[in-house]
Amino acid sequence: MSTVAEHSHDDHDHHHHAPSGIKRWLYTTNHKDIGTLYLWFAFIMFLTGGAMAMVIRAELFQPGLQIVDPNFFNQMTTVHGLIMVFGAVMPAFTGLANWLVPMMIGAPDMALPRMNNWSFWILPFAFLILLSSLFLEGGGPNFGWTFYAPLSTTYSNDSTALFVFSVHIMGISSIMGAINVIVTIFNMRAPGMNWMKMPLFVWTWLITAFLLIAVMPVLAGVVTMLLTDKFFGTSFFDAAGGGDPVLFQHVFWFFGHPEVYIMILPAFGIISQIVPTFSRKPLFGYASMVYATASIALLSFVVWAHHMFTTGMPVATELFFMFATMLISVPTGVKVFNWVATMWRGSITFEIPMMFAIAFIVLFTLGGFSGLMLAITPVDFQYHDTYFVVAHFHYVLVTGAIFSIMAAVYYWLPKWTGKMFDITLAKWHFWCSLISVNLLFFPMHFVGLAGMPRRIPDYALQFADFNKWISIGGFAFGLSQLIFLALLIKACKKEGEPVSDRVWEGAEGLEWEQLPSPAPYHTFETPPVVK
Amino acid sequence: MAETTPSNGKLVIKLVGIVIGMFGFGFALVPLYDVFCEVTGINGKTRDTASSYEAVIVDESRLVTVEFITRTNTGMPWEFGTETRRVKVHPGEVAQVDFYAKNPTIRNIIGQAVPSVSPGEAATYLNKTECFCFNNQPLAAGEEVIMPMIFYVDPQLPKDITFFTLQYTFYDVTEAAATTVAMNRIGE
Amino acid sequence: MSKIVSGATKLLSILVAVPAFADAEVGELEWNLRKGVTNISSDVYDLHMLMFWICTAIGVVVFAVMFYSMFFHRKSRGAKAANFHESVKVEVAWTVVPFLILIGMAIPAANTLIAMEDVSEPDVTVLVTGSQWKWHYKYMDNDVEYYSLLATQQEQINNKFDKGENYLLEVDRPLVIPTGKKVRFLVTSDDVIHSWWVPDFAVKKDANPGFINEAWTRVNEPGIYRGQCAELCGKDHGFMPVVVIAKEPAEYDAWISEQEEIQRKAKEEEQKLLALNMSMEELMEVGEKVYLASCAACHMPTGQGLPGVFPALKGSEMVTQDIPAHIDIVLNGKTGTAMQAFGKQLSLRDIAAVITYERNAWGNNTGDMVQAKDVNAALTGN
Repeated sequence: MSTVAEHSHDDHDHHHHAPSGIKRWLYTTNHKDIGTLYLWFAFIMFLTGGAMAMVIRAELFQPGLQIVDPNFFNQMTTVHGLIMVFGAVMPAFTGLANWLVPMMIGAPDMALPRMNNWSFWILPFAFLILLSSLFLEGGGPNFGWTFYAPLSTTYSNDSTALFVFSVHIMGISSIMGAINVIVTIFNMRAPGMNWMKMPLFVWTWLITAFLLIAVMPVLAGVVTMLLTDKFFGTSFFDAAGGGDPVLFQHVFWFFGHPEVYIMILPAFGIISQIVPTFSRKPLFGYASMVYATASIALLSFVVWAHHMFTTGMPVATELFFMFATMLISVPTGVKVFNWVATMWRGSITFEIPMMFAIAFIVLFTLGGFSGLMLAITPVDFQYHDTYFVVAHFHYVLVTGAIFSIMAAVYYWLPKWTGKMFDITLAKWHFWCSLISVNLLFFPMHFVGLAGMPRRIPDYALQFADFNKWISIGGFAFGLSQLIFLALLIKACKKEGEPVSDRVWEGAEGLEWEQLPSPAPYHTFETPPVVK
Repeated sequence: MAETTPSNGKLVIKLVGIVIGMFGFGFALVPLYDVFCEVTGINGKTRDTASSYEAVIVDESRLVTVEFITRTNTGMPWEFGTETRRVKVHPGEVAQVDFYAKNPTIRNIIGQAVPSVSPGEAATYLNKTECFCFNNQPLAAGEEVIMPMIFYVDPQLPKDITFFTLQYTFYDVTEAAATTVAMNRIGE
Repeated sequence: MSKIVSGATKLLSILVAVPAFADAEVGELEWNLRKGVTNISSDVYDLHMLMFWICTAIGVVVFAVMFYSMFFHRKSRGAKAANFHESVKVEVAWTVVPFLILIGMAIPAANTLIAMEDVSEPDVTVLVTGSQWKWHYKYMDNDVEYYSLLATQQEQINNKFDKGENYLLEVDRPLVIPTGKKVRFLVTSDDVIHSWWVPDFAVKKDANPGFINEAWTRVNEPGIYRGQCAELCGKDHGFMPVVVIAKEPAEYDAWISEQEEIQRKAKEEEQKLLALNMSMEELMEVGEKVYLASCAACHMPTGQGLPGVFPALKGSEMVTQDIPAHIDIVLNGKTGTAMQAFGKQLSLRDIAAVITYERNAWGNNTGDMVQAKDVNAALTGN
């Protein structure tokens, strides 16, 4: 146990009286409070977006239109996508960064605590605006989370203005969060914490933060163009005025592809923390992990058009984007091989975080394989815009990003609360999620290959059997998350067995070695000594 | 942000600079895309200004078929077409195709024709010395016109392209043109 | 701890079961990508299977190592952790080997792609135009063009009738093409982006408004091939199927000349009928049919529209006041809205009838009658 941390805890009690109740959370500039806010917000959004997925799956349970009309169905697919990407996955990672980055690099807090407070508190308003648009006459956005023009410009309704406004706020929030992470990592590392000693979670988040500040402004730009096209008579995407709807897709995916990596790089970091702990062995190929992450990030800027092979491109362009995309599988493969090599000849135990991490490695790789298949342009003409794509990105985002977030929560929760979470509930959560998520997404590969397009509220009869099972898997996965909710509520009430400072036998790093459990409100006010 | 140390401030300014730069870059992608289109022929855009005919050597050894499609967009009541479905030309040879348009309504309408070429690679080799698509075309109620389009195909055209299609879609831009005129007046 | 181990073995068994499941399905082909009926689609299928097996092989190797390690390097079996954490040789190997595998994939993929982008002169060209939510086909070598709409009844979609065999994959007028000939599709759109897709041909091309794209096929076997719009294009995106019938060239030639004749006659007929006036009852009867087929998707069978999305016609100014404006919007559509130009889609008689219907249904009792000759006058300016 660290005397430094103990001391700072006392300090805090002496001269700092944090406001209590709602004001504590509204005014807080503490990285742990803000991390908690982000994580709860992300979880609420995950349940909200999940509820929309349930509506989608209920409608698709049988052929024919039963529950919702097609226009509302389109709003559900659109808002589900937006909420899961911008409301669940990204804020959850930002929450984890808030909690963990300062503790991992031995900093007392984030570098810009006031901005930190702002970047969180504008987020709920963004989503209130987005969700409220669903209740307007004509409904909310119904053009897919990719909002292709001209469906989102000329042919959308007036609530598009609210959509644009809320995306702007989400973007500003992410950018502020990213700037904070970068400044913290650059300026607040404890003495001795040099670049190649930083935990991989910190490394992957640093690279993610640079991706964020590089592409979120481009998203802001493209929604601004959309807004002016719709309301102020510009013609960026309108052929009549000399514009081009395909330009929209180029600009959108210039943002969109790095965005995909924004949602997976921190996951790589998390898995790289967890696997060594429960293998009781240092991470294999630390340096190559860092270089692989950086090269994935760089390559992500030159592959965007693989989302648009069917828009009609010259062969040379198609070949370039196909080869560049295939190339990404090399550094991604290096990561998977490194994790396996870390486990090789370790002394492995299977606590809950490790179970999620192993599920991540297997299922994310499955999503990676379908991604590689999608990169092959001639075959992509068949896969594009079918359920095969839906299966692919849900494997990388749900069993990839979301499973990694759950793994992270289970891994660090005892450090945050000082109590072990309810292991029985956690096991139920893991097994129910694992089985249902595969029942939900695995058959989607087959319906996609058999020719079912995505984003349709009704389908031909040959898809009926599989869709029924997919829906059942969907409902089961949705219900499984309520187990997680129960577990988290218990954890926040500080129920459970007290844990040791190290919590997990094989855990290494500042937060485990130099801080007590639970981690005090203020930590590392005096920088720790890094070996 | 009183508690930020000076070095934080500098770094934040740099990062905000990147953010602003990338926001600008998003918009810069618009002209960049046009350049990109011109080089690679993505999406079959043709040049929107007249090319001058440089006395090139006519490639008598091969013939290229140029096919024409005429369409009017939703909300555009004009009749628009051409008698010429296809022409065969030698690369480098100047050809003329006449298009006709008629405004059958009782209101004056300003039209804009938007060209598109497929396969897109051919667009970079299509040189139009005169085309109604370079400017707005105003037609008074009931008015009819014949609009010539004069072009030649660059002899550099890749050998595997022996056949390409040029489509014109007429859009009703009366409102947008009126706004532009009004804006120009305000500008004056 | 033993619970955890049994859990882990369960996990293992499930994960092993999943690929086995995949194999069983692949054997039956029904749930795999289809081989299709063209040389290209067959190449694409082979490429797909090549990718599938390479990925499966890599997966088997990697996960075999991982599961071996999970089983034999467990702490509960007394495994002691080694301490190695890098090996330049191994790391170089697993960077270079995947790269070589990628090259092995890239070569056949590039060959197929180049074959797909063949721009040589076609035998038949069809202009395919998407609009919300129907396809229009125009044969560039003949005077034949028509719209192709979903033929599945609304009652089937709303679960009032039993669903037919080709539920949602049937159209009133399929595209007909000859077998063994190079057929080129020029794809474009009147409104939003659509995507024309026939899985059996491995052809999927986006229809971009204002731009043309092209794709081609050479079908080996006569038959009926079904596909769907693949790009989200608004409310009824799921209801705009593509049906293509491939006929032997001789049959195709007979069909196309017959169609040319029918369309020519229909035009003559229409001109003759201009002089004829229809009665209110006739207009209303025809008008209702046309309305339900062409207008009700947006304006709803009750004429009440979808508030905030599609305007109501019941009690609207447009359909109760100025007749020429009403004719104009139905004929030419409205720029920047989903309102299409029905002058291109319906006969003069049908347009006259539907306008009359709209002006007199749902309590809009204006008593106005519009005849084919009024529509013709607006169309031609004569």
